[in-house]
Amino acid sequence: MSLKENLHNLKEKYRGTKMAPAFNAIHTFLYLPNEVTHGGTHIKAADDLKRTMNIVIMALIPCLLFGMFNAGYQHYAAIDGSLRDNVIANFFTWDNLWIGIIKVLPLVIVSYGVGLIVEFIFAVIKGHEVEEGYLVTGMLVPLIVPIDTPLWMLAVAVVFGVVIGKEVFGGTGMNILNPALTIRAFLFFAYPTWMSGDKVWVYDAVNRTGTADAISGETILGSYAQNQEVIYSNWDKFFGFIPGSVGETSTFLILLGAAFLIFTKIGSWRIIVSTFIGAAVMGLIFNGIVNADIITDSSKFYGLMSTNWWEHLMIGGLAFGAVFMATDPVTGSQTNKGKWVYGFLIGFISIMIRVFNPAYPEGVFLAILLMNVFAPTIDHYVVQGNVKKRLKRVNVKTA
Amino acid sequence: MSKDIRIKKGLDIKLIGVAEKTTTNSSLSSVYSVQPEDFHGITPKLVAKEGAEVKAGDTLFYEKSDERILFSSPVSGKVTEVIRGARRRVMAVNIAADTTQIHKDFGIKDASEMSAEEVKNHLFSSGCWPFIKQRPYDVVANPDQTPKAIFISAYASAPLAADLEYTLAGKEAELQTAITAISKLTEGKVHVSVGANSMFANLSGVEIHKVSGPHPSGNVGTQIAMIDPINKGEVVWVVTPQDLVVIGELLLTGKFNLQRTIALTGSQFEKPQYITAIVGASISDVTASNLNNDNTRVISGNVLSGKQVETNGFLGYYDNQITAIPEGDDYEFFGWNKPVFDKISPSRALTFSWLTPNKKYDLNTNTNGEHRAFVVTGSYENVFPLDIYPMQLLKAFMIQDLDEMEALGGYEVAPEDFALTEFICVSKQPHQKIIREGLDLMRQELG
Repeated sequence: MSLKENLHNLKEKYRGTKMAPAFNAIHTFLYLPNEVTHGGTHIKAADDLKRTMNIVIMALIPCLLFGMFNAGYQHYAAIDGSLRDNVIANFFTWDNLWIGIIKVLPLVIVSYGVGLIVEFIFAVIKGHEVEEGYLVTGMLVPLIVPIDTPLWMLAVAVVFGVVIGKEVFGGTGMNILNPALTIRAFLFFAYPTWMSGDKVWVYDAVNRTGTADAISGETILGSYAQNQEVIYSNWDKFFGFIPGSVGETSTFLILLGAAFLIFTKIGSWRIIVSTFIGAAVMGLIFNGIVNADIITDSSKFYGLMSTNWWEHLMIGGLAFGAVFMATDPVTGSQTNKGKWVYGFLIGFISIMIRVFNPAYPEGVFLAILLMNVFAPTIDHYVVQGNVKKRLKRVNVKTA
Repeated sequence: MSKDIRIKKGLDIKLIGVAEKTTTNSSLSSVYSVQPEDFHGITPKLVAKEGAEVKAGDTLFYEKSDERILFSSPVSGKVTEVIRGARRRVMAVNIAADTTQIHKDFGIKDASEMSAEEVKNHLFSSGCWPFIKQRPYDVVANPDQTPKAIFISAYASAPLAADLEYTLAGKEAELQTAITAISKLTEGKVHVSVGANSMFANLSGVEIHKVSGPHPSGNVGTQIAMIDPINKGEVVWVVTPQDLVVIGELLLTGKFNLQRTIALTGSQFEKPQYITAIVGASISDVTASNLNNDNTRVISGNVLSGKQVETNGFLGYYDNQITAIPEGDDYEFFGWNKPVFDKISPSRALTFSWLTPNKKYDLNTNTNGEHRAFVVTGSYENVFPLDIYPMQLLKAFMIQDLDEMEALGGYEVAPEDFALTEFICVSKQPHQKIIREGLDLMRQELG
């Protein structure tokens, strides 16, 4: 008997039992199910949620691979600064990849492992199918945490994020906050010393503090926030040869992912474009304030306010947030008009928080979570516009 | 003032099995069946008991809440069986047809001389009233209301739809007579939407609208929305051209004749073509020897909004098309992530139908994925030309929030308007069912 028939027989055996969702999750991973239409349209388009989520994962793979090399590169470059003189030769090396394999892959495995276990448990308890949302969340999480995040910490955060961020609302499609950012926010507020500062962005920097071969891995934002000089060129920033969270450093690869998402019509170009516009506008406002000499270099805000507006778009997590986080269709605005407002405010508020937050010079995840909460309100007003138009039609008639 | 309708949002689903323009006459079926289910919202009260002899045009049953609305037998013969369902509800009335058909004589009428009341009564007594449907709610029209306009879509854009220019060719006199008669039922206009170079453009006493653009441009709901959208408290009536022909023939000859030209379409027909048949005919007689019956889904109607029928089932009361496509009850290895070339997709998520916009597809009935909560946003709007937020309306219908249903445009929609959004739905939600149930609730609660 073939694998297909064996699995079909097992599916029939499990039908109606507690374990059916768990079995079906694995079965439908291997085979598109044999379900046929009943009532309604007799034919269906080719896309389902698995295919949709899979496209997002594909868009993230370049960022993951780059992040693995960058993990090693930042580590070795912190020890020997001369490596930075020839990035091309010193970046794609086996040594660098090895650091990525021992540091980044475990993050991915823990994220998926713990998250999917929680998903399966909830599916079995609540008797619904295992939903695909976590396939993307599980990939996003390791890319937005500092490399030295302890695995137990990540596991705790994932459990919190999946349960409180998603399952209590009823699962994928019902949640209010982006689960990946809920996980990130939990880490940030529960373990702040591991999530900010100058020792967490480069592998092994923490352990060497105070020793002779201490290395520093300040992020660009961290340097600007302290009004320090930044040693990286603009090309370094664009291509991502800089310290930062695991997978968000390369603006170039993120934009490549964005192009793929927009081309496949999976990601909302409206949100991506408007987020960048919002960030640019806020950046321009700050630049204008500095140019008008309202803020001088004695101010603690000077460093980040005087950062060129276009530089703001490349550094920190803005690009990654705009392309992969803000575009989450469940937690974002759902109307096309609303998406413009939603994206613009994310960009705008991101840069505002980035400049004014003294403890942690980044605001993208906070801005997105804030706008997640406001997205239904934005949609409400957009939809009310449609409702008013309909009412006006009646009034014109009766007048 | 004629107003042309040009829509951009939509999707033409191109399938294998377009009916070739030749017509054969099907022989008379031995059994015909009228199924009250075809008339949504009707509670049938039986008149013709088992064993009764009926002529074509004799009443089989009537609507419980309005005894004027009669439903007539399409053929003459003997009522052999009344099938009842739960709570003894009439599910089907089967009639064994006589070999020579006898039509009840309703008398020849001059449509232009008739008053509105006379037209109504004539339609009631002959059993032609059920051909007039109303929006909101997409049900048989309530004769006590006066419609602000009557809409007729003479342009079919649904997948593999029968070409009305072909099936109704030569019926101009009947169409014109029927339009003259029913135009008396409204104080407003009669709107007829036509395709390019249409024979329907010559009808008089109506306002002609030229329609272009992808499906659902031919849906009467789309045309209403573009021409004169329905507001709260308003009613419009809708008649299909082939039913107008029945009304026209009734007025011209006194006969109630439900013979029509229907299209046999879809990849499972060896020779997709047109055939004449009487409403209620048995599917197996109509499709005889033409149908490849190996694991086939037979649909009375089109693939988007039609009704699944077994081969021992019957042609629906309003349908002018039978579609046969392969069932899709098989697994597909890694079907969710491998590149797809043989299915239609509105996205480009490793799906390549965007490369071949003119290719004809052989789609089967597989759902291509499992049912999920709504996740993806912004995709329905691309195939939904009405000025309504489709997902928001669907959600309002699902949670049965009557205020929201009303405010978001519930009066303007019919289930078929949500057929395309259902087709492309990534979460495989049953949109048409949600809309149907929501409309029933609105009708019950708001009238």
